[in-house]
Amino acid sequence: MNIIVNNNPETIEGDTITVNQLLQLKNFTFRMLIVKINGTLVQKGDYETAAIHDADDVSVLHLISGG
Amino acid sequence: MTFNEIKAILQHKTVGIAGAGGLGSNCAVALARVGTGKLVIADFDVVSESNLNRQYYFFDQVGKPKATALMENIKRINPAVSVLSHNVCLTKENIPLLFADCDVIVEAFDKADQKEMLIETVLTVFPGKPLVIGLGMAGWGMNDAIHCRKSDNIYICGDEKSEIAPDLPPIAPRVGIVANMQANVVLEILLS
Repeated sequence: MNIIVNNNPETIEGDTITVNQLLQLKNFTFRMLIVKINGTLVQKGDYETAAIHDADDVSVLHLISGG
Repeated sequence: MTFNEIKAILQHKTVGIAGAGGLGSNCAVALARVGTGKLVIADFDVVSESNLNRQYYFFDQVGKPKATALMENIKRINPAVSVLSHNVCLTKENIPLLFADCDVIVEAFDKADQKEMLIETVLTVFPGKPLVIGLGMAGWGMNDAIHCRKSDNIYICGDEKSEIAPDLPPIAPRVGIVANMQANVVLEILLS
């Protein structure tokens, strides 16, 4: 399937992938993250189950300290 | 648009400032100078001497709650601005109450876990409300790395890379750039 991750097109094997699987696949190991699928926030407790499908637009924001 | 036309629009607007440290104090002052009608400011902390390398406070305000000190400073700059200052620790329980009436919310926290909590809360309770966040502004130089980008209703200002560390402290010039960039994005949203 073809999805968008942080504005970049990505081809992923299979028809669906969970948020956790995508984070592992992309090696996004940061502790503080905001994940959105098509603009909607995915709650932390749903990373195991939230499914990403073909044509979905996923945004992963990595939060760092400072301000 | 003339400055009078700008002020005429801004005087009816309310902006929430979540955190009154380096980002929040400088961003709030910029928004006060241009005549934003109402600022809702929340911070739990007091001014300390180490804050004066970047935050909009004065030496004689050390020890004072930041929310109170920032209100005083804004009133000295532009008494027409209405300031609601809350000397509280922001939580996912009180954020929905304190910022309900805001046209835009500025995320101006220091710690990554607090930023995460605020963004999650705003996206959950106020989906669609513009949220302007500061992300990556430690150190000095590297002007070219600082940018602004939009992700749905989140506007991200900073270099998204420079995290604070003992040898990469947050200091006035770069924190001020990002704080003013946040204020600039707020204006763009309010005037559009």
